[in-house]
This record gives sequence, structure tokens and C-alpha cells, in this order.
Amino acid sequence: MELTSLLRTIPISLEQGLAYGLVAIGIVITFRILAFPDLTVDGSFPLGAAVVSRLIMEGVPPAYGIIMAIICGFLAGCCTGILNTKLKINSLLAGILMMTILYSVNLRIMGRSNIQLLTVNTLLTPLENLDMHRFIPIIAFFFVVALAIKFLTDMFMHTQLGFAMRATGDNEQMIRTLGVNTDSMTIFGIGISNAFVALSGALVAQDQGFSDVGMGIGMIVAGLASIIIGEALFGKKTVQRMTLAAIVGSIIYKLIISLGLRLGLAPTDLKMATGIMVILALGIPALKKEKEGKLHLRGV
Amino acid sequence: MIRLENVTKIFSKGTIDEKVAINGISLNIQEGDFITVIGSNGAGKTTVLNLISGTFGPDEGDIFIDDSRVTNLPEHRRAKYLGRIFQDPLMGTAASMTIEENLAMADLRGKQRGLRWGVTKSRRGHYRDILKGLDLGLETRLKDTVSLLSGGQRQSLTLLMVTLSLPKLLLLDEHTAALDPKTAQKIIDLTKKIVEENNLTTIMITHNMPQAIKYGNRMIMLHEGRVQFDIKGEEKMALTVEEVVRRFGAELKDEALLGG
Repeated sequence: MELTSLLRTIPISLEQGLAYGLVAIGIVITFRILAFPDLTVDGSFPLGAAVVSRLIMEGVPPAYGIIMAIICGFLAGCCTGILNTKLKINSLLAGILMMTILYSVNLRIMGRSNIQLLTVNTLLTPLENLDMHRFIPIIAFFFVVALAIKFLTDMFMHTQLGFAMRATGDNEQMIRTLGVNTDSMTIFGIGISNAFVALSGALVAQDQGFSDVGMGIGMIVAGLASIIIGEALFGKKTVQRMTLAAIVGSIIYKLIISLGLRLGLAPTDLKMATGIMVILALGIPALKKEKEGKLHLRGV
Repeated sequence: MIRLENVTKIFSKGTIDEKVAINGISLNIQEGDFITVIGSNGAGKTTVLNLISGTFGPDEGDIFIDDSRVTNLPEHRRAKYLGRIFQDPLMGTAASMTIEENLAMADLRGKQRGLRWGVTKSRRGHYRDILKGLDLGLETRLKDTVSLLSGGQRQSLTLLMVTLSLPKLLLLDEHTAALDPKTAQKIIDLTKKIVEENNLTTIMITHNMPQAIKYGNRMIMLHEGRVQFDIKGEEKMALTVEEVVRRFGAELKDEALLGG
């Protein structure tokens, strides 16, 4: 492969990696911090896209559309949390139920299975119209958003409430005896996670110029793959490292995917390749008879 | 101060596995009491602590803290009254969080938590001071995660966390049983010191008869979900292992209470 061809994959990987990095941060909050294997993500990602696309088509300013997408994502996550904590439904099943329900909800919101946004003004239109190569402002935009979400998450996790949330995932019994309602913490945490995921969906839809009801399929697995890649580099000792790992991992993941495509991997095989990547990363330590990794999950 | 009235707890009610864990216990805990609780496995010791802390509610009877009825109040809403330390030293702290973060969480026991920083500069100084008192060298390791500590160090930290916002009642559930004898003795000494310095009302479950006799001003033995005996004051002071065995040997034969 030529070097130029290789280099050409970098800007697109950066752009997508940063945009999808928000999903990875969301997954860090649920899988890592709350130790809650939340699968809502596959539904809340297209939810964000659906809400913003529909509202933009209705003539609502994109910024308001994005705020609505965030709120909807938050509520969807809260629903999963309520199914698990109040109705005592297994955490994986709760996520699958919400993911399935959201498929119908997303179709209802969009009114059809996809919406084109190429001909309308989105939040990104002013950036794309700047007198420079499209990649520069767009990458800068996603860079700022990803970093902002990272630092917000880091800061929150070091507040009194953030401590309570981390302890809920770490030692539920202990933090309950210290007076924290761990059910509320779980619901709230899954809500925030899916708010970030919906934000990502809303931005990706505007970036790629369409939203599609199937755009969330495999999002969890891709996010997990990103986290695993990032953690191999930065570890997972602190919240700051975990969120950094999510973003950098997401970029590297997209880079690997674009390289794979250029080397002749069929786009239809991507999800299988990603799945196998995650299986290897999670499975090899077990085969080596090492201690089970950190994936101790509640409610499974 | 804390009263149990006719409390009954039945597990797996209505099934063939039905088990009456607590059978109509009434107990009046006075302020300043240091109660040791003994009894064989399945006698209901831990169940009593779970009922007091609200892990689950009783099937019958009522529980009062300072005359307010808390029978079915959820665990997290009783937290401001209760401190609890478990047998497993891993249960009392969050392993992935740092020493100072754990202390800061204990600082807010039963209080409203908000968006202020979890650890503040002034509190950090205080944590360093009280950690010095443990004499384990932890005062220089505030930012180490708790997973790096030994079981004994973690149990010491858990005890220290209790003192940060003093509970009305301290519940100790065989909190030295999982430690080696030397560490266990250190923890029991530290417990005694903390209880006495703060005049904490305490219930301590133990499997160790000499320990149950040596510490505290009141000793309760549970058997099959009932209070078998409840000895206080002078009588408790004069109690010996031999006497307990002579009087209650029949119920004790099935366990290793007499060691240690």
C-alpha cells in the first residue's frame, strides 16, 4: 500500500474516532465505573440521530435539536436503570429490552427508516463552508467536544456525587451503608452515559449527512473494542486515564478499521472483525489462566 | 435508644425451605452499651444486624431508633444512625478508589451529597492527622488506591472511617474473623480504643468466646433465633468461659466457640 493512501486514512479516522469517542466515554461510565453492562447504547445512538434529524427537518435550530437529543438519550438510559433497579430485570436484558423498544421509537420519530440531511443546514454547515479544507474545522470541532465531555466526566467523578457513583459500581453494600441510594445512582449514571451516546449520534448524523435506523447496530461492541485498545495504552487506574483511553482508543479503532478496508476487508465483515477483536482481547487472559480482568459486572 | 420489639424474620416464607431466622426477639439497647453477641452458626446473629441496618425488613415486630419507627426504612436512609463493619475486610472500602476518597465518602455518611469537590484541602489535612494515629504509615499514601492495602490495613481504615461522622450505633459483624491472629488482635485493640474514646454504642458479633467475655458491658447469646441469655453489668464482669460452658454448654457443643 502506498504511503499517501495510508496517510489519507488519518483525517477521516480522527474525525470519526473523536465523534464516536463520546460513545466510548458513555460505555466507560456504565461498564467500567458503574460495572453495569448497559446495552441501551445500540438504541440510544440512533435515538440521538433520529431526534436531531427530525427536529432539523421541522425547522428547529440544530443546537436545540442536539439538546433534545441529549435529553432523550438521558431518559432512555434512565428507563434501562429503572427496569433493572426497580423492576429487578437482569441488567443485560433491561438494556436489550430498551434497545428493542427504541428501534420502534426511532422509526416513529423519523417517520421512515432514514432521513437525509445533506440539503439542509446543520450545526456543522457553517464549519463546512469555511474557506479551508473541510477536515480542519470539523476535526477541531469534534476535538473540542470530545475533550469537553472528557473533562466534564473527570470533574464530575471527583465530586461528592461522583464518588458515590464510583463507589456504587465498586462496592454497592459499602456506599449504601454510608447513606447513598445506589438505585438512584445507577439510574442517573446510565442516564448520563446514554445522554453522551445520543449526543454522539446527533453529531454523527449531521457529520455524515443522514440518520438511519440501523446506524446503532454493533455500537456497543465497537465501543468496547475502543476502550480495550485505549486501556492497553493508558491503563484504567484513574477516571482520567479511562476517559482518555476511550477517546484515543476510539481513534485507533477507526484507524484500524479504515486500514482494514483499504487492505481489502469487505465492509460487510467489519462487525465480525470487531467482534473477534473483542473476543480475543477478553478471552486471551482467560486462556492464559490469568486472573479475570476488571469486568466484574453487577446484576448479570 | 434502639429497640427491637417482638421481631420475627422468616426466610423463604411459604416454601419447603422456610426458615425462622429470628423468632420474636425483643431487645433494648441503651446508650453507651457495648454488647457482644455469640451464638452458633444459623443462630441469627447476622440477621439481627441486617434487620437493624435495614438490609431487609422483619416479617413481624418493630424496630425503633430514638423512639422513631424505622422498621421498613431502607438501608441508605438509616445510614446516619449506623456504622457497620463486616467480616470481609474488602466490604468496608471501595478498592478502586484512593484512601482519601474513601475517607471523604465516610465523612458524608447519611448527609446530602452534591457537586462540590469530593476531597477538600482542609479535610485532606485532617485525614492525614487521623491516619497518623493508626501508625500504619498510611498518612503518606493518601492517593494510593485501597486495593494496594492488606486486609488488616483495610479493616483499620474502615474503623477509622466510622469515626469520621460518628454513628449512634456501631455494628461489628465478626470484623476480625478473616484476619490472622496478630492482625485480629490489633484490630480488636483499635476497636476498643475507638469505642471508648467516642463512647460509641456498639454491637459486636464474635465467634470467639474469650473475646466476647473480655470486651463490652453486656453479652447476648442467640440460639435458634431467640435470645438465650442476656448478661449485663457486674454479672458480665465476673463471667468466665467455664461458667458459660457450665450453664449453656448444651447449646454450644456444636461449634468452635471455645478457642482463641
